[in-house]
Amino acid sequence: MNMIQALNSAMDIAMQRDPSVVVLGQDVGYFGGVFRCTEGLQKKYGEQRVIDTPIAEGGIIAAAIGMAVGGLRPVAEIQFADYIYPGFDQIVSELARLRYRSAGDFTAPVTVRVPAGGGIRGGQTHSQSPEALFAHVCGIKVVMPSNPYDAKGLLLASIEDDDPVIFFEPKRLYNGPFDADPGKPAVSWANHPRGDVPEGHYTVPLGKADVIREGSAVTVVTYGTLVHVVQAVVETAGIDAEIIDVRSIVPLDVDTLAASVRKTGRCVVAHEATEYAGFGAELVATLQRECFWHLEAPIERVAGWDTPYPHAFEWEYFPGRKRIAAALHAVLEVP
Amino acid sequence: MSGFQLHVPHPPARPGEPADFSYLKLSPAGAIPRPAPTASVEDTRQLAVSLVRVLDDAGIARGPWDPGLAPADMIRALRYMLLTRAMDERLRRAQRQGQISFYMQCTGEEAVSIAAAMALRPGDMLFPTYRNQGLHIARDRDVIDLMCQCLSNMHDMCKGRQMPVMYHWREGNIFSISGNLATQLPQAVGWAMAAAIKREDHIAVAWTGEGSTAEADFHHALTFAAVYRAPVILNVVNNQWAISTFQGVAGGEDQTFAARGPGFGVAGLRVDGNDLLAVYSATQWAAERARSGAGPTLIEHVTYRAGPHSTSDDPSRYRPKDEWRAFPLGDPIARLRQHLIALGAWTDVRHEELQAEVDAQIAASWKQAVAYGTLPEAPRIDPVTLFDDVFKERTPHLERQRAQFLRLKG
Repeated sequence: MNMIQALNSAMDIAMQRDPSVVVLGQDVGYFGGVFRCTEGLQKKYGEQRVIDTPIAEGGIIAAAIGMAVGGLRPVAEIQFADYIYPGFDQIVSELARLRYRSAGDFTAPVTVRVPAGGGIRGGQTHSQSPEALFAHVCGIKVVMPSNPYDAKGLLLASIEDDDPVIFFEPKRLYNGPFDADPGKPAVSWANHPRGDVPEGHYTVPLGKADVIREGSAVTVVTYGTLVHVVQAVVETAGIDAEIIDVRSIVPLDVDTLAASVRKTGRCVVAHEATEYAGFGAELVATLQRECFWHLEAPIERVAGWDTPYPHAFEWEYFPGRKRIAAALHAVLEVP
Repeated sequence: MSGFQLHVPHPPARPGEPADFSYLKLSPAGAIPRPAPTASVEDTRQLAVSLVRVLDDAGIARGPWDPGLAPADMIRALRYMLLTRAMDERLRRAQRQGQISFYMQCTGEEAVSIAAAMALRPGDMLFPTYRNQGLHIARDRDVIDLMCQCLSNMHDMCKGRQMPVMYHWREGNIFSISGNLATQLPQAVGWAMAAAIKREDHIAVAWTGEGSTAEADFHHALTFAAVYRAPVILNVVNNQWAISTFQGVAGGEDQTFAARGPGFGVAGLRVDGNDLLAVYSATQWAAERARSGAGPTLIEHVTYRAGPHSTSDDPSRYRPKDEWRAFPLGDPIARLRQHLIALGAWTDVRHEELQAEVDAQIAASWKQAVAYGTLPEAPRIDPVTLFDDVFKERTPHLERQRAQFLRLKG
């Protein structure tokens, strides 16, 4: 399966197993979503459960909260992460805090699916990775898969979770892994081990990182699209790197990350989002606290430049192979 | 269990079904009275649920909303519409050929932008959405400028930072397009409030699609406009489709979009958006109202999105292929042409000549535009400029990243 089919399968299974699961969002019903993630669901489960909404992200999130309080388990789609901000107040002030402010008497198990990230010539309004904004809010879980297997398992875990989850989907990875060379022909998920997705139900637990490559010289902590870029860099340069896919930003699997960094003594943190106050800062702070006496070099960060995502200079903006390689060499060169 | 289910709006026709526009409430041309532009909001309630039309099916201008435009002005409007459509077609092909990344046509909706721009003054500030290229054209902007923005080339006014069609024109008083929906509406109200505070007689005019009226910003705009009687015109371009969802999903099933206006204390007008004379006249009425201090107007333009939402969209998946042909308000270009011919001011031969002239202009402009570079081909703006204009002056961390960029060249 590609990531779109994997996500579709997760929602299909969730709806089949639990009649309280509903899907709502712009164009998700008859059309099946602009990225086709909800294709066929309305036909199968009807218009009472797969709902085309008006163009109002605040309304979508708020209605999902109300539905959840009313006993449903909504999966809301925001068409692009860049359009989530009209719903930000409902997420930050309502969705995230409902359990806390009502001392657990009211809860809203809402999953918000959000296509994110660049690499599709989407410019500033179809490319953002705003996960840090949400990671900073107490009371919501934040997830970002990097492959179809994890996408399905994490989405099922998110829907079944009793807390709200913001589920970021790196849209550049929908149809295949991507190693940051836009000139190369697209690669499909067909031959990738994580494109092999079981048809049935399974979950990938929230809060568990995945060591996708073992190594001893340096640890690269990353997630989303950059997982594949880092892999390409490491393999091309023949670096003995351990690569960890964070997968779950909140909660964070500190144990897996720290164990690896203690082992290698060196670390690079890489994400596509902008650097300043990005989630990488949290990772670096946590790892230096957990691993300080094992570190042999300062932890390096690779991230998007601190500018809006420029349309024509997408590949100059994107934290691609050159920048990742430079960071790896910098960390490895410290004696 | 209760006896009813959640109501889900349905479009009248999906692919394979016959087009059906019986849901559109139409009024005969010339049938709607034209109150004074200083009329009370209450007096516009009927206008907000009727349909202001000037041109009848035979192309004859009728009734009190006929703006009485001189034939030369109508021929100019016809030229602008033909130019817009020809530019759209050229840029649509450029996207297919990989020279630009994306494009959005306004085919079938040309009159909405062009008539409005012609009815306004050059000092009025326009806050467009992404399907208002006609505003630039009708303010006589060189189409090369628009093409170069789409090409992200050396001559791009956005310096490569924006997706195609996100134009702006400071000298021409046309605001920058965000891409996020309806954000420009309350901003236009703020601009209009500034004009009133400064005691200038410029007005602000904004556009959005019917789908985007669901955004909270639309409601912010109406509230602020009403509270301060801001000199602003808010236009809702109801082209029936917001990507795959028809106008009923935006809330147009039981009530018109224009009728939102009076509910907020804003005058409402519902207009035949494919009738250039009706759009011109409605804009003129609302502009006079705004300039006289009588307050804002919400105008709904009933039109049809003849093309896809964008080059990323395939409307044959969600609506009948031939739906546009069945649209009862027709094609704005054909209707104005028919009117001019009925007046004796135009002929088929002159129309063909004008079409040829416009096509030649677009071809020549395109040739010149691509000489400044295309998205995949040099010349290119220096990528290091991506660090400029985040702030007025680069902050220390941007300087550090810029230096790193130059060191690594990417």
